[in-house]
Amino acid sequence: MFRKFSMAATAVALSASHTLAATEITWWHGMGGRNGEVINEVSQKFNASQTACNLTPISKGTYEEALAGGIAAFRSGEQPNILQVFDAGAATIINAKGATVAAEDLINNAGYKFDREAFIEGVRYFYADSDGKFVGMPFNSSAPIMYVNTQAFEKAGVAVPKTWEEFEAAAPKLKEAGYIALTASQLTWQFTENFFSRHNIQFATNNNGYDSVVDTKMNLTDEHLVKMFEKLKEWADAGYYGFYGAGWNDNQKPFEEGKVALWIGSSGSFGGLQKTATMPFSADFLPYWFDVKGAGTNTFIGGAALFAMAGKPEAENKCVADFFQFLTSPEIQKFYHQATGYVAITQAAYELAKKEGYYEKQPVAEVGIKQLMLPSGEWSKGYRLGFYPQIRSIMEREYNKIFAGETTVKQAFETIEKEGNDLLARFAKTAG
Amino acid sequence: MTYTTSPSGAGRLLPWLGGGRRVRSARARETATEMKRVQFSSPVLPYLFLFPQLAVIFVFFYWPSVQAIQSSFYLEDPFGFGSTFVGLSNYADAVFSPEYQSIALFTAVFTALVTLFSLSIGLLLAVKADKVIRGSSAYKTLLISVYAIAAPVAGLIGMMLFDQHIGPFVEMASWFGWNMRVGLSYFDTAFAMIVVAVWKQVPYNFIFFLSGLQNVPMSVREAATIDCRSGFRRFWTVVLPLLAPTAFFLLIINVTYSLFDTFGLIDVMVKDKPANNPITLVYKVYNDGFRGNDIGGSSAQSVILMIVVFALTVIQFRLIERRIHYT
Repeated sequence: MFRKFSMAATAVALSASHTLAATEITWWHGMGGRNGEVINEVSQKFNASQTACNLTPISKGTYEEALAGGIAAFRSGEQPNILQVFDAGAATIINAKGATVAAEDLINNAGYKFDREAFIEGVRYFYADSDGKFVGMPFNSSAPIMYVNTQAFEKAGVAVPKTWEEFEAAAPKLKEAGYIALTASQLTWQFTENFFSRHNIQFATNNNGYDSVVDTKMNLTDEHLVKMFEKLKEWADAGYYGFYGAGWNDNQKPFEEGKVALWIGSSGSFGGLQKTATMPFSADFLPYWFDVKGAGTNTFIGGAALFAMAGKPEAENKCVADFFQFLTSPEIQKFYHQATGYVAITQAAYELAKKEGYYEKQPVAEVGIKQLMLPSGEWSKGYRLGFYPQIRSIMEREYNKIFAGETTVKQAFETIEKEGNDLLARFAKTAG
Repeated sequence: MTYTTSPSGAGRLLPWLGGGRRVRSARARETATEMKRVQFSSPVLPYLFLFPQLAVIFVFFYWPSVQAIQSSFYLEDPFGFGSTFVGLSNYADAVFSPEYQSIALFTAVFTALVTLFSLSIGLLLAVKADKVIRGSSAYKTLLISVYAIAAPVAGLIGMMLFDQHIGPFVEMASWFGWNMRVGLSYFDTAFAMIVVAVWKQVPYNFIFFLSGLQNVPMSVREAATIDCRSGFRRFWTVVLPLLAPTAFFLLIINVTYSLFDTFGLIDVMVKDKPANNPITLVYKVYNDGFRGNDIGGSSAQSVILMIVVFALTVIQFRLIERRIHYT
């Protein structure tokens, strides 16, 4: 018996000395398919680049499952070192003070110099606190952009619109040529959250929710937003706009089949689209209303960020900082950008890819970055709203009702604003 | 003989829940005690055998239930830094919200329809298959094989059959002038969900009804044939009452199926974005708890659901089982 124990003890000691050689850190993420493989490749590159740390990435399913899993793990003290959290979950994790170590602090504490200016404009604020300090490390970033079926425009003999006014003028000709003029894959992200940033309009009180959770209210009955959706409904009734529900792919598919002239998708969509599209396509910025004063500002990033979880030993935090530094290096950013279609988040990586002539071969890959790099406005940096996944669900429900003719645009937004503000008040109570 | 025709073991639950058959269950208990005396030398032994099962139930059912009840009275930030006692306000928020009410209504309608259709179609197929003599095993295997499909896969198949762009059912509907838009129209999505949920559950009911039918003694059937010429009437007055224990067991199983096991199917069919499409109460619990991280609110909803299911089960046992005669 005693011998067995001592053997076990030796085994433990041995494995401990093994881990001493390289500090083990874990990374929970919510990516699958090719994007999940790229995460493994990035981790392998990191492990090969140094000997002090060994990073293990673990897929936890979807974004939501990764966040839920990370929360449950944190509550039982088993949290990973790095957790990937998606845009709509940002308020949940950033408002939980003590759950994470701000990426900027982590990197500075490890003896590096963190440079906010190195990141491109549209990336800087979404995962930062109200003073601009990076809490999360932007990772896979995308922007809503417009994909163009070039054949449709040749056939109709019209120019690709930059603004919704131009779109409205071109739509009848596109319809005449046999096309549905427009589809869009995610009205919440593309026509609501990014509508506010593209038109530089305030989304919510308390500085779009960045300053405080207390008494934050959304500005969803804004006249311009209401007009945008009234136009969408009008276009849907006229046969210019095809609405196929809240599912992403249902709205992408008709575009791939060449039935649609313009599709609002993600800057990350182009890799997949190259395989599935049956016609040549290009891309351009998300259109805006020219007659809205101050419109045409940049959009903010979607996608997800990496958060360093709190309660970890110093040595592991140092490894996380090393990894974050590695991740933002121009070579790795360029690799990730080209392997996945997500935008490069640093200026240097963008320059590097440009110098290589990548965008001459792949002009579509540049559109998202350029849109994020457009001049920013006071309200173009995004939002920080609690229980936001549920608020999005309410929006999706009401938007479907609008296009099913079960409610008016005005009524729908009043409902969303009321139910959404109730949720925000509830969130303020949980965070308080 | 008493319990052999009750595949459920529902009869075994009687001593706890039984309403109308107290005398009999008391007698059953006596017999059971006698048997116990014969089989176990030490009174501790049966508890020892029960222990693993009880431990599993405790860890995976009672413990989480207690935690759910506890957190339903609190508003909590998901990471567990602070929680405030809010009394019953989580319950009030859920019950008085119009959205919750409409989901509850849909859940009730969905459960009723899925249970009704999957039971009646399963019974119809079983009665017909029972009569087939040649090639009966091929029929049976074909009908049963659907049951081997996992719920999410069934949802995926259903989603493809009802797809807006490529779905054959959508095309068929268009022949009758029905512009079916699953995912867009509340009614169309509800229709598709019910069809897929029923399709998935019919084989299960079929298996049990078929074995129930095969347990109806041939002598009883022959006697009935002499007394009555109408096949339908014979079925109604002789075979169906003998099937009642099976049907009762299936009723409970189907209700729980519609309430809970359809979750995977619904998740796939709404493509995890319910929007204005119908969802059931369980899906709402998941949505608020796991995607919205509202632990208090979601716990309150799950406690409400627990109470509803408990009440339903008690009602079923007290009111319906009273009328059932185990042969």
